[in-house]
Amino acid sequence: MYEILKKKELVPGIILMVVRAPRVAKNALPGQFVIVRTDEWAERIPLTICDYDSKEGTITIVFAAIGEGTYIMSKLNEGDCFHDFTGPLGRPSDLTLENVEDLKSKKILFVAGGVGTAPVYPQVKWLNEHGVKADVIIGFKNKDLVILEDELKEVSGNLYVTTDDGSYGRSGMVTKVIADLYEEGRKYDVCVAIGPMIMMKFVCKQTKELNLPTVVSLNPIMVDGTGMCGACRVTVGGEVKFACVDGPEFDGHLVDFDQAMQRQTLYRTVEGKKYLEAKEGKTHHGGCGNCQ
Amino acid sequence: MDVLKKIPVREQDPQKRAHNFEEVCYGYNKEEAMQEASRCINCQNAKCITGCPVAINIPGFINEVKNGDFKKAYDIISESSSLPAVCGRVCPQESQCEGKCIRGIKGEPISIGKLERFVADNAMENGFKPKKAAESNGKKVAVIGSGPAGLTCAGDLARLGYDVTIFEALHEPGGVLVYGIPEFRLPKTRVVAKEIENVKSLGVKIETNVVVGKAVKIDELLEDEGFSAVFIGSGAGLPKFMGIPGEQSNGVFSANEYLTRSNLMKAFDEESTTPIMRGKKVAVVGGGNVAMDAARTALRLGAEVHIVYRRSEEELPARVEEVHHAKEEGIIFDLLTNPVEILSDENGWVRAIRCIKMELGEPDESGRRRPVEVKGSEFDIEVDTVIMSLGTSPNPLISSTTVGLEVNGRKCIVASEDNGATSKEGVYAGGDAVTGAATVILAMGAGKNAAKGIHEYLSK
Repeated sequence: MYEILKKKELVPGIILMVVRAPRVAKNALPGQFVIVRTDEWAERIPLTICDYDSKEGTITIVFAAIGEGTYIMSKLNEGDCFHDFTGPLGRPSDLTLENVEDLKSKKILFVAGGVGTAPVYPQVKWLNEHGVKADVIIGFKNKDLVILEDELKEVSGNLYVTTDDGSYGRSGMVTKVIADLYEEGRKYDVCVAIGPMIMMKFVCKQTKELNLPTVVSLNPIMVDGTGMCGACRVTVGGEVKFACVDGPEFDGHLVDFDQAMQRQTLYRTVEGKKYLEAKEGKTHHGGCGNCQ
Repeated sequence: MDVLKKIPVREQDPQKRAHNFEEVCYGYNKEEAMQEASRCINCQNAKCITGCPVAINIPGFINEVKNGDFKKAYDIISESSSLPAVCGRVCPQESQCEGKCIRGIKGEPISIGKLERFVADNAMENGFKPKKAAESNGKKVAVIGSGPAGLTCAGDLARLGYDVTIFEALHEPGGVLVYGIPEFRLPKTRVVAKEIENVKSLGVKIETNVVVGKAVKIDELLEDEGFSAVFIGSGAGLPKFMGIPGEQSNGVFSANEYLTRSNLMKAFDEESTTPIMRGKKVAVVGGGNVAMDAARTALRLGAEVHIVYRRSEEELPARVEEVHHAKEEGIIFDLLTNPVEILSDENGWVRAIRCIKMELGEPDESGRRRPVEVKGSEFDIEVDTVIMSLGTSPNPLISSTTVGLEVNGRKCIVASEDNGATSKEGVYAGGDAVTGAATVILAMGAGKNAAKGIHEYLSK
């Protein structure tokens, strides 16, 4: 069993957990993900690793309670255990495989949106530990949803916080910040963008025009996460790739985002009903139509 | 009783079973088993044994069934096989033991599979366990994967006194027996879990949720964790797709995904949180056993199901018994038909599969007549779900993270057929990871040979 050592609600609905999983922590690297299950009947939920401690044998995850599975997860407390916790899955971030001296000569920009801030954190932290300071843009809907600002401030070069409604930090979407930075005369050699699919799509559209190579981390629907089921297939540069073994990071300028977004809607109705059931009891059968 | 004919086996009514996930075949009772066993002529030169990849003493156990000593019959089988209740259900006996049966020359062969199943089920009911090793030899062996190859290899090594740990990537042991083969063919709790318990009762440890190649590498197992040898039985891998337009539409699944959702994740059960698409009209592309399993699962989830296969019935790679069961249940076979495109609606959901008629031409390299397109014969089948069952290609997780492990042109691990030895010292392999997608019993045979190979290597 995999014990929850620490639980913290970062902002309402977004939860951080530190979980004891020595086998996962031993070889984990930034960019990889885990799959968790709360009980015998639960689905397998893929989550990108937010932090890891190989010595302590722990993995940190951050998730938003937006579906039935994550809602049930959010009800677990410190001292409770995950039924299953497996990883590290997927390929580590390309940055971790590069020569550190080469990295030091590069100007790196991270762009994160919402919960996507969590998987950006270990990459920026890893770079910082290797003497590389990267600039980071984090964007949220409003000031009540800002997460991991202090943690990121510790490890990044310049940190730019922006909110869609301007209630905190800069005002506007992350793409506006990128535009502003370029207007201010900044230039980058590589960009890593992680967040909602729609954000990554627009960041990539923009960075393509700026001629800025961009890596994105995809989180499609998965079942096993080990290259067996093919549910997570995405089209990258006209080729079919499996996000779980070929990714989750890909060249953002080659990803077919429209198709990926369409595939994400596959179980939306079923999942939505199940989420309501988990939250409010078995009253949502889709029969009465009162909720339409 | 007609000695030329098998004692028929009782099955669940096709109309009824098309709507449930209960087991199709009920198996023999004691009387039926003893009667069927009495048909065996106990050949001196028993061909059936040579037809069995794990070389069970078939006439030996059948003779005990004939005498009514079912415990002794079980002991004989478990000398050679760790998974008799599984094999009795899913082995292609018609092309193996039963295919060689002398009785089969004139009349029907002995129903060896159903007898094996009877003996194994009877042992479970009565709590008979396989015999443990006399004493441990203290040597540690790691087995990667808890499917048929891994379980067999682990069971055999444990019986020889080794300290065996199986590493399983998924949350439940069993491999393809759990995620691939459906409940109605191979019950999970009643049969698979019990056989795995038997392997554990030999002293085998199973660690789930460990993805070897990611969480721990083969070299770390050998160097840091004290294992003297490793057996890789990691199974088949990534599902193949056709590469036709529209294949990424919503409602197109690999058979692996569809079956994993239903079998491993129990999505057919309301209690499960894993969703599965319950289509109204489903096309399953392919003609193997996996295609039959996917089709019959979709049927049970409430769909009208079409098998779309490019050759004719004669070339269907699935077992005759599976095709027969599928037809009985109402699966529609669209043979000599090949998909060319998947059509979707404005929201990206499947609405039809466009196919072309085929005819058989000259034999190809597989010896089967090559299907050739009939020009201008395209037509659409309206469906909302398409399941691709076209086989798999090997998973790179282990081969790409193990230095010195040779793979062939198809990316399968190269291993000796006799003893499972790979290009890396102390590392053995077998099953689908070596051969590409094949059968449960062939994987078990490979696991058995590798156990022998590992024993020889560690006895030096």
